[in-house]
Amino acid sequence: MEYTLYILILPLLSFVVLGLMDTKWKPVVAGTVGTAILTIVAALSYYTAWEYFSTANLNGTYQKIIAFNTVWVQFNEHLHIDMGILLDPISVMMLVVISTVSLMVHIYSLAYMKGERGFERYYAFLSLFSFAMLGLVVSTNIFQMYMFWEMVGLSSYLLIGFYYTKPEAVAASKKAFIVTRFADLGFLIGILILSYYTKTFDFGILTSCDANVFASFSGVTFMGASALSWAMALIFIGGAGKSAMFPLHIWLPDAMEGPTPVSALIHAATMVVAGVFLVARLFPIYITFTPEVLHGIAYVGAFTSLFAAVIAIVQTDIKRVLAFSTISQIGFMMVALGVSGYGGQAGTGYMASMFHLFTHAMFKALLFLGAGSIIHAVHSNEMTQMGGLKKFLPVTRWTFLIACLAIAGIPPFSGFFSKDEILAATMHFSPGLGVIMTFTAGLTAFYMFRLYYRIFHGKKYQTTNGHTPHESPVAMTLPLVFLGVVTIFAGFIPFGKFVSSDGGYYHIHIDPTIATISVVVALAGIGLATWLYRKENDASAAVARKFNTIYRAAYHRFYIDELYLFITKKIIFKRISSPVAWFDRHIVDGTMNGLASVTQWVSLKIKGFQSGKIQHYAFVILLGTLIIAAIVIFI
Amino acid sequence: MGAIFDNFGSGVIPLEGYIFVSLIMFFAGIYGFLSRKSLLMILISIEMILNSADINFAAFNRYLYPDQMEGFFFALFTIAISACETAVAIAIVINIYRNLNNVEVDSLHELQEPEPSETKVDL
Repeated sequence: MEYTLYILILPLLSFVVLGLMDTKWKPVVAGTVGTAILTIVAALSYYTAWEYFSTANLNGTYQKIIAFNTVWVQFNEHLHIDMGILLDPISVMMLVVISTVSLMVHIYSLAYMKGERGFERYYAFLSLFSFAMLGLVVSTNIFQMYMFWEMVGLSSYLLIGFYYTKPEAVAASKKAFIVTRFADLGFLIGILILSYYTKTFDFGILTSCDANVFASFSGVTFMGASALSWAMALIFIGGAGKSAMFPLHIWLPDAMEGPTPVSALIHAATMVVAGVFLVARLFPIYITFTPEVLHGIAYVGAFTSLFAAVIAIVQTDIKRVLAFSTISQIGFMMVALGVSGYGGQAGTGYMASMFHLFTHAMFKALLFLGAGSIIHAVHSNEMTQMGGLKKFLPVTRWTFLIACLAIAGIPPFSGFFSKDEILAATMHFSPGLGVIMTFTAGLTAFYMFRLYYRIFHGKKYQTTNGHTPHESPVAMTLPLVFLGVVTIFAGFIPFGKFVSSDGGYYHIHIDPTIATISVVVALAGIGLATWLYRKENDASAAVARKFNTIYRAAYHRFYIDELYLFITKKIIFKRISSPVAWFDRHIVDGTMNGLASVTQWVSLKIKGFQSGKIQHYAFVILLGTLIIAAIVIFI
Repeated sequence: MGAIFDNFGSGVIPLEGYIFVSLIMFFAGIYGFLSRKSLLMILISIEMILNSADINFAAFNRYLYPDQMEGFFFALFTIAISACETAVAIAIVINIYRNLNNVEVDSLHELQEPEPSETKVDL
């Protein structure tokens, strides 16, 4: 299956060509080329998926296929960094997700970004991102993954800061880059610890969980925890940074300053689930050697999920609501991985997590693209400027509604099936956690329908400046409809047949009790939202007044950003950086400057010797000769 | 020194006499080289130094090795070479004159750094 290499090469080529051509090509040419290449990539990905799932199944277990491999850097006979393509169920599934969403975003952007300055640059960056993300999921070893991991971070940075004349966008892109980079430091240290003891980067060897490979870890402890636990926890920190887990989530809401299709592609569907993918990729190690870290991941995920859901309820910027919703849903995926067992039917959580990743990518991309369509129509992100849009944007409205129902977990939409599996796995692991996640699912339904009602229902839309909102062009509604259809039917995919914790067959069965409870909770959430927001009334304001303290705290995102600012500005910058900077400027630089000044002074004083006067030199020569003669004669 | 006066009036000039003359010429040349400001005068001084060496060559040859001629030929070579050297030097001097309108040795400071003005390194 060597042709999979083209899945990586084509977007890279597209990036190079579009990047070099830049404004030499007309925007429409650049957009068409980028979209055409992505279409080929998507077709190749689908073909890969079809071929993989139809041929790689051996005795009921999917085999890992190394489609391509080359040694990139050879350190010594054991340790080398490879570049390759690994095909296994999750990477193939990710190929499909990434290429689908990326293709939809490419098509959508043709209309959405039309007339923007830097349109060609935008497409070049999209290609770069597609290349990096596809490379990330097919990595054969953890180091290759790390490099592509940084590359998606870079392209995310470039795309968030696309509107580089806007100070907010620049600040947001820096914030995203620094926060994720900070987390990646943990990732790198984790990789180094892991490879130091196991002498390999290769996923195949690592995830085989061969006791010999991990033998040198035995007895190595640091601060009361084993070195392997530290390594795996640090690797998770990298994943937590990318996947916006608490407390590293602060970059994601700000990342919404980027163009909306970018938010759909990078900050909803693909890049932010890289952390989930990472944990899933290393899942056998987590479950076999460090279950305590895995449980930690579950609790972090659960807390993040609840935390983000609470914040999402009170945000008024529609993209921010969706951003917090994304954080919350990624929390669900993390929880599912954290509570999962390994192999057979015990791997419910793993399967559910991947399933949710798949369905979430589709409906969240749909939500973001829908939001983009709305913003395109009303030229604002603020909910307060919307309301009553259902007449003007029928396609957007129906597809948005489908996505809302899916994320709320209403059957038969896709979100129901995946979320139900997650809740089942969580409930099985710990009823307490299960209750929290069910509650969070209810909150999800509530805030999504609050969003829906406040955009499309409620007050009559106030036309401003004689501008009437109108439905978006076909290039934008087509992806919406496509993703809407996928969202409706994706739940019926027998996902367990394709992806499971050990590559075997996982039979999905829906627990009627849990399904009933989750649907009832979701319906309650929707009902509450309907009561508060369907019609314009005072009920919502009254509720907000009643929970004034928590409302204000949540509105300010529980002051996490302020806390970060306080820590960085007041403590790190003022107490540590400034004295260090002073020391550098006055002591270190001062020493060097002192040396230079002394040298300059001395040379100024003695430069008279080199007078440049011939007779002066001749006199010195004569004097020297006489002295030498005197020495020879008299001594 | 004594030999000069011992043979005084005998019609024989001793070796020391020649060396004494050569010594005077040499230091006169050195003095001229160090003290004159004109390039031409310096050139003449150099010629004097060379000529004093020539006298030495001739005198030593005559008194120490009367049967041989190397010293005389050396002196002839030196004269030829000093002629060449003078030609080159005069050419340089003429060029200097064309550029600077004088032949003062002190005015040759085109390649020199300007007078030190507390140049401060930008820190």
